[in-house]
Amino acid sequence: MSISWYLVVSAFVFSIGAGGVLVRRNPLVILLCIELMLNAANLALVAFARANGDMEGQIFAIIVMVVAACEVAVGLGLIVALYRRRLPIDVDELRELQG
Amino acid sequence: MAEVIFFIAAIGVIAGALGTVLLRNAFYAVLSLVGHLISLAALFLLLRAEFVAAAQVVVYAGAVMVLYVFVVAYVGGVDQELTGAGTGTGLRGVSALFGIVLLVELCIAILGSSLESLDTQGTGFFAAFGSPPEIGELLLTKFLLAFEAASFLLLVAAVGAVILARRRSGLEDPREVSVADLMRSGEGGTLSDEKERGSLAEAAGPPNL
Repeated sequence: MSISWYLVVSAFVFSIGAGGVLVRRNPLVILLCIELMLNAANLALVAFARANGDMEGQIFAIIVMVVAACEVAVGLGLIVALYRRRLPIDVDELRELQG
Repeated sequence: MAEVIFFIAAIGVIAGALGTVLLRNAFYAVLSLVGHLISLAALFLLLRAEFVAAAQVVVYAGAVMVLYVFVVAYVGGVDQELTGAGTGTGLRGVSALFGIVLLVELCIAILGSSLESLDTQGTGFFAAFGSPPEIGELLLTKFLLAFEAASFLLLVAAVGAVILARRRSGLEDPREVSVADLMRSGEGGTLSDEKERGSLAEAAGPPNL
């Protein structure tokens, strides 16, 4: 399989994730869609590492996974805080920033 | 053989991604993302990235998704309509159109690029390409700064998540009644108004200065 096929799959997943961030209203699902976009970037990085024959792209992919794990921890903490304060779990309702 | 595995895994990846976006129940969306991640690990194996594939399955599909499942179970499966009240359906259509335009643009960029290495199956590689010893050596020599920064970032994110999700002392649920209040009300009748007003004033936090 040529490397272009992997990049096209990556483009599909990234577009699906970007569309999902815009379409969905549940912040949990929006976080999942951000994960999709990060995974698409990971696939492209690993594919380019294979194309060039060096492993720096794979290291980059591992660092992206670390950043994604941090984003998940903080995002889920925010959602739990929203739930504790009896706020609606819906990004259309949460329009105002206030303490 | 590699082609067959690629197409099976690619269909799994795209179907998992579509399921994540389109399923209404957040719990099913998380499960769909787990399928997506496992198919993606198969693609990583085809690209000779064994360590990344193993880390993907163990860390991502294992640990991170368990965190998601716990939060979905805690918050409750909020069944949400894809179309409904709130933002109008027109904006939703524009959003979907944006996704399609993005896909077309990315495909043009990939297929129209003049990088010759994209049309090959990749250059030759040495036997230990993508194995844990090589990854570890690179992480501890050439990418030591990124490695340390990532570990520090994980520490900061863990502390931040605990602080965000902790039970705040001033913002407790007014419906919750503590044991001390119950005993006090048993001794001296009902709760006095002053006491309740005082606790509400405390709940509002420090005054704005």
